Amino acid sequence: MSTTLQPTSEPPPTAVDERLAKVSFLTKLLQRPELGAMIGAGVVLIFFAVTADRFASLSGIARWTDVASTLGIMAVAVALLMIGGEFDLSAGVMTGSCGLLMGILATEVGMNIWFAILLTFVFAAGIGFMNGYMVVRTGLPSFIVTLATFFILQGVNLGGTKAITDTVRVAGLRDAAGFESAQKIFASDFWAPHNFRISVVWWIVITALATWVLSRTRVGNWIFGVGGDKIAARNVGVPVSRVKIGLFMLTSMAAALVGTMIALRLGSIQAGQGVGEEFNYIIAAVAGGCLLTGGFGSAIGAAMGALIIGMTFIGIQFSGWNTDWRFLFLGVILFAAVLVNTYVRRRAEGARS
Amino acid sequence: MSATNGTPLLEVRDISKYFGNVIALKDVSTVVNAGQVTCVLGDNGAGKSTFIKILSGVHEHSEGELLVEGEPTRFSSPRDAKEAGIATVFQDLATVPLMAIWRNFFLGSEPMTGSGPLRRIDIREAKRVMREEMAKMGIDVRDPDQMVGTLSGGERQAVAIARAVYFGAKMLILDEPTSALGVKQSGVVLRYIVQARNRGLGVIFITHNPHHAYPVGDRFVVLNRGKMLGAWDKGAISRDELVKMMAGGAELEQLTHELERVTT
Repeated sequence: MSTTLQPTSEPPPTAVDERLAKVSFLTKLLQRPELGAMIGAGVVLIFFAVTADRFASLSGIARWTDVASTLGIMAVAVALLMIGGEFDLSAGVMTGSCGLLMGILATEVGMNIWFAILLTFVFAAGIGFMNGYMVVRTGLPSFIVTLATFFILQGVNLGGTKAITDTVRVAGLRDAAGFESAQKIFASDFWAPHNFRISVVWWIVITALATWVLSRTRVGNWIFGVGGDKIAARNVGVPVSRVKIGLFMLTSMAAALVGTMIALRLGSIQAGQGVGEEFNYIIAAVAGGCLLTGGFGSAIGAAMGALIIGMTFIGIQFSGWNTDWRFLFLGVILFAAVLVNTYVRRRAEGARS
Repeated sequence: MSATNGTPLLEVRDISKYFGNVIALKDVSTVVNAGQVTCVLGDNGAGKSTFIKILSGVHEHSEGELLVEGEPTRFSSPRDAKEAGIATVFQDLATVPLMAIWRNFFLGSEPMTGSGPLRRIDIREAKRVMREEMAKMGIDVRDPDQMVGTLSGGERQAVAIARAVYFGAKMLILDEPTSALGVKQSGVVLRYIVQARNRGLGVIFITHNPHHAYPVGDRFVVLNRGKMLGAWDKGAISRDELVKMMAGGAELEQLTHELERVTT
């Protein structure tokens, strides 16, 4: 190759004037999505530790981590989905559907609990696949597609339960084969007399796993890419549809886990279980730094968001206030989180020319 | 600048593209050699995007021949083009703003380490390679975790170009890389084009700005309304002639006269 006649010579690399600005420590810190949630969790913890005396005791902590755990498992899955650029409004009612299905299989059909749980997970994966496939295939907003799923499942939960059991609940799981061992894994207590829930362990393990996947694995990189810019990701060879469908399946299967936990804890489950919970998951994920537009967020942040909500629910109760006030708190948390996220995102994106 | 010895990286002969009865491109011919920049110029609607879409595998050509290193080829998908070593950097669709530079660099082709459940991205290696490749482009990345969105437009182009080069592109198609940029940023991107060329890549530089094309180009192809107005090696055309050609020569002269009348 003759390159002797080139008109312009290559400038020395060091002479390039377009260099990257030095990033301050503060900016780097602000780029962490979970920062706001961590500060928020600290504030809420101190607030209720001062106003409600049982709150910071070990049995108090056992109470609010219980609330935060099942919420947190879902929030982490929903956060992954949101980072991937999609919503799942059916996630709440899905916990009910899965608990009811598992209960009916174990009681009315008479299956072994473990087999019922297995089938429930298969069912959840199927619903998640349907959600994802419809979103990817039709190009409709996932908000609309999963809203439809939400209502369909709610109808089936209420109507189906009534038709099968003549009541609005599925009960009698305790008599099913395998109940003892399944309850030990999914819904037992530990550390008497404080009685921490085993679901707390699940929550921590799932958060750690999700964090590993997001930050260290190829799939994690793809999730950020797909949510950040679907077309750019597709151009560099990321299987966009598969990632999105996978995330919907993950969310539904998290709902199967939580539904199983709830049903096994009480030995029964209500037909209306989980309705309205989907907003708590989304609030937790957003409070944890997930952007509504996708491409940004963290699993630890979502877990922290769930912790804030758990602490708020129990803190209000312990302080002796009417528990209806919790909705006001949720609204304030959501609004504050969105404001902080918008600010952080502007800082993170910096001055783009 | 004459062609380098051996066969050109890419050659098109009388290539045409029809969409139904619309002639999007008619009888366009040019060559792209390793270590040279071929500029494709034209106003909006001249057929520039149809031309690059054929070369990047988005559209199949209707007539004519497409030769990659002397071999007649048809690209039926972008993957075909990629496998032939042709990388296309689209203007806005190249990077994900909210992701770290190193994550963007390796998105879709992450270097892995470990095995079984511990199989993970080799982050240290990814950051090292990214810094090295960016340094070759003349950019010193101090913080690989910096988000691409915080980079300037020119730097983001550089990330996309460096990535394409690293992943084995022999030929680079740049789709209007300077059109959204200011004067200074455009200069930076032109420098990247020269750097890619000096590293032995064949470059196709699509632009509607002859002032950007002339300093870096070795060969100029001017399109107008789907047809080729002409193709020149650098020595065979002056900058002014190129500008005139772009604007439709006579039209521009008339416009100049009119403007003179208005201002005086």
